[in-house]
Amino acid sequence: MTGTMTGAAALLLDLLLVALVAFAGWAALAGRGVFRAVVFFIAYGLLVALGWVRLGAVNVALAEAAIGAGLTGVLLLATVGRLERAGAARDVPPVRGAAAWVPALAGLGVTGALVWAWFALPLPESPGPALAEALPRSGVENPVTAVLLNFRSWDTLLEAIVLLAALLGVWMLGRDGDWDAPLGLRQHVRPGGVMAGFGRVLPPLGLLVGVWLLWAGADAPGGAFQGGTVLAAVIVVALMAGVATPPGVSALPLRAALVLGPGVFLGAGGVLAALGGGFLTLPEAQAKVVIVAIEAALTLSIAVTLAGLVLGPPTAANGTAEGGAEPNANGPAAGRRA
Amino acid sequence: MWLDLSSFALTALGLFFFVAGTAGLLRFPDTFSRLHALTKADNLGLGCVALGVALQAAHWTDVLKLALIWALALLAAGTVAQLVARAALSEPRARKRAGERP
Repeated sequence: MTGTMTGAAALLLDLLLVALVAFAGWAALAGRGVFRAVVFFIAYGLLVALGWVRLGAVNVALAEAAIGAGLTGVLLLATVGRLERAGAARDVPPVRGAAAWVPALAGLGVTGALVWAWFALPLPESPGPALAEALPRSGVENPVTAVLLNFRSWDTLLEAIVLLAALLGVWMLGRDGDWDAPLGLRQHVRPGGVMAGFGRVLPPLGLLVGVWLLWAGADAPGGAFQGGTVLAAVIVVALMAGVATPPGVSALPLRAALVLGPGVFLGAGGVLAALGGGFLTLPEAQAKVVIVAIEAALTLSIAVTLAGLVLGPPTAANGTAEGGAEPNANGPAAGRRA
Repeated sequence: MWLDLSSFALTALGLFFFVAGTAGLLRFPDTFSRLHALTKADNLGLGCVALGVALQAAHWTDVLKLALIWALALLAAGTVAQLVARAALSEPRARKRAGERP
């Protein structure tokens, strides 16, 4: 990208991007109304993703666009819908006094500390001589995947478990009487309508892209989290289009899909420890097979967990999504993100 | 040389359509005409940009990916436009601004 771009044009583009990121962040914080703040937050995430691309961190850019802007955006939009249904989305008066300047000072403090850290820390060598030396023994060619699934796989294992814990937390919000109901709100779909058609066309393509992102992650930007987010979007679109109905929390296939990733991860660690290598110390010869197996299982679990987070807790049939013929609680917006 | 010039011309044309679509989004009076500006002009603009970038592609698979991106954006924009319009139809406030069009 930078190869064909002259220095001045690249600098201009970067400065414009920085200004846009700062503006989107300010607009998300300063504007009136929750919906407006969420929309600017999503724009902010996409602009930050462009910034990561400019820094050459394509893996981070993919994760930021898919999870930071896409998934978090959908979750926040669903929250806005929930607040409106509960009648709690009235415009709040602007915050004044200590309630305004204490968070502002805290934010400034964190920003100052980060700026200080940026100047104080040594510039990292890319990708680092130790990593360059170890990469050929990791089983994969993408250094990010090598770090996430081999050198520092502990962190990834714990992330997968944290994600599962978050979904359990969401389910805790369901009412006692609703526990056996399907997950999320009931969807109204016009048979043969636009959404029903979209729900038939998009999932096969999305499935292909999601699995490709997982497979490409071994040697190029991509991986379990990026692929899993695309697959989660496929699941949400299919459910919104009425192609399938969401299961209840006690459905065995759902629970199996949720624990498969962390389970395979932990199991691989245990087997490797029993074979004498140490917990999650991958032997060089089998590293690629083990990494792909863990990533495939993780992708499925991440996809189902993220879709579960978007759907929300189990809700009995009387909690239907209101609105017109087709839209629903997180309808048009969720469709756009997907 | 001619390839570069065509790329410049196509991306510039694409940007023009984006600007036109954005102007429509900001200036048009109601949801339905705003959707019209946004989906039609922007999709044409994206197609022009994709075509301009495709001329610079190193490999035919890159062209295929660009075509797929454009097709998916068209599909998503068309679907979302329908859904937003339907939601607006069921909202009396938006109908009033649109001059009670059915």
